[in-house]
Amino acid sequence: MENSRLIVSPSPHVRDEDTIHKIMFAVIIGLLPVLIAATYLFGFNAIRLVVLASIAAVVTEALCQKIRNQPITLWDGSALVTGVLIGLNVPPTLPSWMMILGSVVAITLGKHVFGGLGYNPFNPALVGRAFLVVSFTLPMTYWTTPFDAVTTATPLELGPQAVAYPDLFFGTIAGSLGETSAFAILIGGIYLFYRGVLDYRIPLGYLGTVLVLTTILGLDPLFHLLAGSLLFAAVYMASDMVTTPVTPVGRWAFGIGAGIILVVIRIWGSLPEGVTYSILLMNAATPLINRWTRPRIYGQGVSKNA
Amino acid sequence: MLAKTFSRGGRHIPHHKGATNSKSIVEMPAPKKVIIPLQQHIGAPCDPLVKVGDKVKLGQKIGESLHFITSPVHASVSGEVISIAHEKLLDGCQVLSIVIANDGLDDPIASKHRAISKLSAKQIRKIIKDLGMVGLGGAGFPTHVKISSAKPIDTVVINGAECEPYLTCDHRLMVEKGEELVYGLKTLMKAVGASRGVIGIEVNKLDAIAGLQEIVRSHEALEVVALQIRYPQGAEKQLIKAAVDREVLSGCLPSEVGCLVSNVHTAVSIAQGIRDGISLYQRVVTVSGRHIHDPRNVMVRIGTPIQALLDFCGGINGTPAVVVGGGPMTGPAVVNLEAPVVKNLSGVLLLGEDEIAQDENLPCIRCARCVDACPMGLTPNILGLLSSRDEVVKAEKLHIMDCVECALCSYVCPSRRGLVSWIKQGKKSLVVAKSAEQQGEAN
Repeated sequence: MENSRLIVSPSPHVRDEDTIHKIMFAVIIGLLPVLIAATYLFGFNAIRLVVLASIAAVVTEALCQKIRNQPITLWDGSALVTGVLIGLNVPPTLPSWMMILGSVVAITLGKHVFGGLGYNPFNPALVGRAFLVVSFTLPMTYWTTPFDAVTTATPLELGPQAVAYPDLFFGTIAGSLGETSAFAILIGGIYLFYRGVLDYRIPLGYLGTVLVLTTILGLDPLFHLLAGSLLFAAVYMASDMVTTPVTPVGRWAFGIGAGIILVVIRIWGSLPEGVTYSILLMNAATPLINRWTRPRIYGQGVSKNA
Repeated sequence: MLAKTFSRGGRHIPHHKGATNSKSIVEMPAPKKVIIPLQQHIGAPCDPLVKVGDKVKLGQKIGESLHFITSPVHASVSGEVISIAHEKLLDGCQVLSIVIANDGLDDPIASKHRAISKLSAKQIRKIIKDLGMVGLGGAGFPTHVKISSAKPIDTVVINGAECEPYLTCDHRLMVEKGEELVYGLKTLMKAVGASRGVIGIEVNKLDAIAGLQEIVRSHEALEVVALQIRYPQGAEKQLIKAAVDREVLSGCLPSEVGCLVSNVHTAVSIAQGIRDGISLYQRVVTVSGRHIHDPRNVMVRIGTPIQALLDFCGGINGTPAVVVGGGPMTGPAVVNLEAPVVKNLSGVLLLGEDEIAQDENLPCIRCARCVDACPMGLTPNILGLLSSRDEVVKAEKLHIMDCVECALCSYVCPSRRGLVSWIKQGKKSLVVAKSAEQQGEAN
């Protein structure tokens, strides 16, 4: 007798519980402290921009998949993550239509032109942000203080003597919605690390390199870690799985490389901030890094009489 | 206790051993008929030594081959040969098999009692071959071939890791048959001229560790090594790294670094074979999973239909989604419940819908979990992709042949990609391509 109801599938018959869906929603949970901090600091503007960016990203994803005749996979949560990330990466006063446009560009040019989830070489949210910065430079560099929304400059433009460390740490400074509160970012990052979706190598390599280089250059290393979007990007963007190396050594190389580029841009470049380009450039180097940093294979390169 | 482990990759996975790990081995009465496949091992199939209508005795050799890499098969009941025909095994393959109707007498063939102290290494190897000993962990590689290596071997390692989830047959044997296990280990050591014996056991089997430590205390050359709980520690190369800290070269056998690895059950069966002349006609099988009424470790005759074994365990409870032959990481899905228990079947698992997961093949998000988990240091994401596109020459350069097929890459993949299935296929294609190439050169 053959039992026709039995499933005949290849081994392994058991799997780890984590799925793409669970990983993406863990990232969303990891972003909650930052969302709460942004709302507290910048009020309705934070909600307006993040919600608009998210809806635009999710709708664009569905449209792209429809046009490409692909199954609609909104449930995997990846478009939502991109939307929330780009929403947190803009100044609080950005006009709504620009936000929507940035999100649409992130999903189309950042993701679906390359084939969708898993095929994009560049971090989609950063592609969207880079597009916004070059297209709408003024609104993208128009900064206001938290709570009372008075026009000001960012700490990176003002320099270390103009800002107090507690303000930098808790985020009561001008900046993009999600980047100002180091405190919230650290809570989110620790959660993601313990949840097993954040590899420590890239954030540590990135932050460590900036720390070392700014110290060598005689700058204020703590200021450079806390000011600007470095910490936010190190935790949520540089560590994006799809666009970073798969090898352990490669992940160190990625973080260190991004750190070097960032310091070069911040110190000698014409931009006050270089996080976006430091990560996008390292994204471009990722296939090469993967090739150069393959792990040592068990049984390779051991002597016969070991 | 400081537990050791291997150096790269691997992962703790839920082991689900609670249903059977404290249950003593129970002996199942011999069934009315047994189906003895003439190939239950890697190597040449046996030719039948009996014909239909012959009377056979319990333990009698009924199939044999003149090749070197092969292993004879024996009658697991006494009775009459009622057919010699192709029978369907658990994975659906057809193999020439001898079916014996049990006369219920268990009339044994005259057996010899021996002691290893009076046997030479050569005699031991011959006895092990005659008794049909093969690796009982899953591969079914003939033991006499393994112990006939030309390379000098100084250490015999007993694989007590039993890292596959659900399975507890080796655990129970270590607890209940510790003396036999040590005797088997010493037999293997004598057969290969090894001076050291190591039993590596994962620390989720503390009772086995304690019991065996007590037994080996009086043996200078023997040692029990506690291992961390980490899959795939029972893979030969990982076990050698963990237990004796030696690394087997790529493409080489353990003998290259002076090691011989044996499964627990194999060593126990060897001891029973040498001491009491019992050929390999029975084994312990773990029957477990949500959908069996009474999960247990069963001593069962080779050739018993799986359905009869399940009935002995109270029968199927509800509707299993998958029946696995062996462990859930590497064992095949069972398609035929009337198929016989064979020598290398360590478990029968009746898993429910919620216990299993299948390939979904969603896009790779390059999370690198497979790279981090691979105990061989490979890049399964790339090897899987290359294999699925049949670009096996590129895969060869990335050392696809070093894959030990532990399936951990597929296990950890959040996109549920069938990585190990693709890689296995890629390895096969590569071997075929290589042999075609050699043929071409020869012509």
